[in-house]
Amino acid sequence: MSVLIDEKTKVVVQGITGGEGSFHTQQMIGYGTNVVAGVTPGKGGQLFDETIPVFDTVEQAVAQTGATASAIFVPPAFAADAIMEAADAGIKVIACISEGIPTLDMMNVYEYLKKRDTHLIGPNCPGVISPGKSKMGIMPGFIHKQGHIGVISRSGTLTYEAVHQLTVRGIGQSTCIGIGGDPIIGTTFVDALKLFQADDETKAVVMIGEIGGSAEEEAAAYIQANMTKPVVSFISGQTAPPGRRMGHAGAIIAGGKGTAAEKMAALSTAGVIVCKSPAEIGEKMAAALSN
Amino acid sequence: MKIHEYQAKEILARHGVPVQKGKIAFTPEEVEKIARELNVDKLVLKAQVHAGGRGKAGGIKLVNSAEEAKTVSEKMFGMKLVTHQTGAEGKIVRRLLITEAADIERELYVGIVLDRAKSQLVYMVSTEGGVEIEKVAAETPEKILKEHIDPAVGMQAFQARKIAFALGLKGALLRPAVKTFMALYDAFVANDCSLAEINPLVVTKDNQILALDVKINIDDNALYRHPEIQEMRDLDEEEPHEVEASKYHLNYIKLDGDVGCMVNGAGLAMATMDIIKIAGAEPANFLDVGGGASVETVENGFRIILSDKNVKAVLVNIFGGIVRCDRVANGIIEATKNVGVDVPVVVRLAGTNADIAADILEKSGLDLLVANDLSEAAQKVVQALETK
Repeated sequence: MSVLIDEKTKVVVQGITGGEGSFHTQQMIGYGTNVVAGVTPGKGGQLFDETIPVFDTVEQAVAQTGATASAIFVPPAFAADAIMEAADAGIKVIACISEGIPTLDMMNVYEYLKKRDTHLIGPNCPGVISPGKSKMGIMPGFIHKQGHIGVISRSGTLTYEAVHQLTVRGIGQSTCIGIGGDPIIGTTFVDALKLFQADDETKAVVMIGEIGGSAEEEAAAYIQANMTKPVVSFISGQTAPPGRRMGHAGAIIAGGKGTAAEKMAALSTAGVIVCKSPAEIGEKMAAALSN
Repeated sequence: MKIHEYQAKEILARHGVPVQKGKIAFTPEEVEKIARELNVDKLVLKAQVHAGGRGKAGGIKLVNSAEEAKTVSEKMFGMKLVTHQTGAEGKIVRRLLITEAADIERELYVGIVLDRAKSQLVYMVSTEGGVEIEKVAAETPEKILKEHIDPAVGMQAFQARKIAFALGLKGALLRPAVKTFMALYDAFVANDCSLAEINPLVVTKDNQILALDVKINIDDNALYRHPEIQEMRDLDEEEPHEVEASKYHLNYIKLDGDVGCMVNGAGLAMATMDIIKIAGAEPANFLDVGGGASVETVENGFRIILSDKNVKAVLVNIFGGIVRCDRVANGIIEATKNVGVDVPVVVRLAGTNADIAADILEKSGLDLLVANDLSEAAQKVVQALETK
C-alpha cells in the first residue's frame, strides 16, 4: 500500500487546457497516472490529446468518469474556488499546485474543507507521487523508485534532492507528499505522518521542514507520542535572516519565532534523526534502516 | 508588502479607526504649511520609514509652533535613522508625518495576525501598549489576551466587547472601543492584510480613544486585487539590489557573506545557503530563479549576484527535474559569456542528463568548476574562495 494515491486512482485535472496544466497532464500520463478527465469551464465537450474528455464542471467529470482525485493547475486568483468545487463534487484527494493564492482565500477554503471528507495537498506544492504507481503533480517521475520510505516536505526542488539521495542509494519510496510552502495548507506534517504510521508498506519517513510557523514543532509532539517508525529530518533556512520571506509565503521568522534552531531542537528531543546538512539526508536514512 | 504609518492610518481611518489629524510632508516648507493648517499648540513630527523603534532613535519630535516644526524638520529630513529593526546601515528619512499631539492617559496594544497553527485570524491585545509585543509575549505572556475569529462568520460584537473589557475600556469608552476593534478587523479583511496592529492605542486625558501608531503589512499574493495599495510601494525603503531583482521577477534577498548562490526553488535555495555556511563560508544572498532556469533568468541572476561587490565566488545549484541538465548547462555557459562573470563559479546540476551537462561545462573553456553533489559543491566553492 502507498498512501493517498495508487495505480487505480482516477484523476481529473482542473485547468487541463492551460499551459502548465496541459504539459503536466502529458507528463503524468507518461508516468502511468490514470488521468480520466479534465475540467475547464466553457470548454466542456472537447477532448484533450484526442483521448481525455474535458468537462465544464468537476461535478460532471465525477459523474461521468468516477474520478476521485484532482490535480489543480489553475491561476492563483481562481484556485481557492477550484479547490472548493472539487471538494463539493466529492473528490477525496486534491493536489493544488498553484502558487500565490491569497492567504484569506485559503483561510476560507480551510474552513470549508473542515466539514468535508477531503485531503487537500498544498497549495504551492509539487503534488503527490506513489512511485511506480501514480503521480499527481509536477515532480520529475524518473528520480523516484518504488519502495518503503514516506517523504513529506514543504519544498519542491529540495524534496527532489532528498528523493534523489535516497534513490541513488537504492532506497525506494512508498509515497512522497509535497505539502506546500504557504502559511495555510491542507495536509500538515502531522496529517501526513499519521498516514505513513498507519501504512504497512512504509518503514520510515523523511520529513523536510523549513523556517516559519510551528508545524515542525507540532510534528515533533506527534512523533514523540505516536510514531514507531524512524523519522529523518532536515530543516532548511538555518542561515535565513529574521523578518524576511524566503521565497515561500510561509517561510518567515516572525517575532523571533519559527527559527530552524527551535525546530531542530524540538525534533531532536522527540527522537527524530536530525540532519544538520541537506547532503546527509540519504546517508542518515540508510544508517537508520540498517539499525 | 510594507507600507508607511501615514498610509496605514489613511486605510484604517477609512474603516472607522480614530486617528489624529495629520498630513505627510516631503519638505520643511510643506511641514510649516501643514503645521499652520493644523493650528494646534503641540505638534508631533514623525519620520516615516519601514521600521519600528523610531522614537528612541530620534525619529519622533514634539514641537510647539509651525516655525519650530520647520526648523526641526530641516534636521530630520535626510537624517539616517538607526533602530533595532533597520540594521547598522539605517534608513534615510524622506517623509515626515505631521500630527497634533495627544495627552496620553493609558497605552494599550491591539493587533490582528494569522494564527498558522489554527489557520484562523487571531486578535491579540494587551494592557502593555507602546512596547514591543514580542517582548511582552516572551516575558509576561499572561498579559496578552487572544481571541480567535471564526472565518465562517467573521468578528462578532461580543468578541469586541470581551477585548474592550479585558483592556479596562468601560463606561463611555466601551462603544468607541468596540467600534474601533470591529473597524480594525474590517480593514484587515477588506485590504488583505497579513498584519494589522495599533501600538499604542491610547486613551487620552479627555477620555478619547486614538490609534497613535499603526502598522499594516499586506499579503503580497493578494496585491493584484488592490491596485491602490500597490501604488503605496516606496522603493526608497527597499534594498536597491532587491528592487532590481524584482524587475526581473527574481526572488532575491541580499545577505552579508561573499558566496553568491543561484538555485531553483526556495527550499533548495535556503538549503544551499545552509550548506555554504556549514562548509565554512557565508552566503551573500538568497536567490530562487524558479523551476525552469532558462538562459534569460540565469543571466539576470548573475547580473544581480555580481552587482553585490562583496561576492567573491558563485555557487549555481540547479535540480534539473523536468528540464534537461544539458540545456541548463548550455544556458549557464551562454549567460556566463554574456554577463562577463569574473569570479569562480561552481556548478552543480542534478537530474536528467547531468553527466552530459558536466562534460559540456568542463569543456567550455570558462572558469566553471563542476561538482557532482551538494557537499562537493559547497567544498569547491569554499576552496575557490580561499585560493582567490
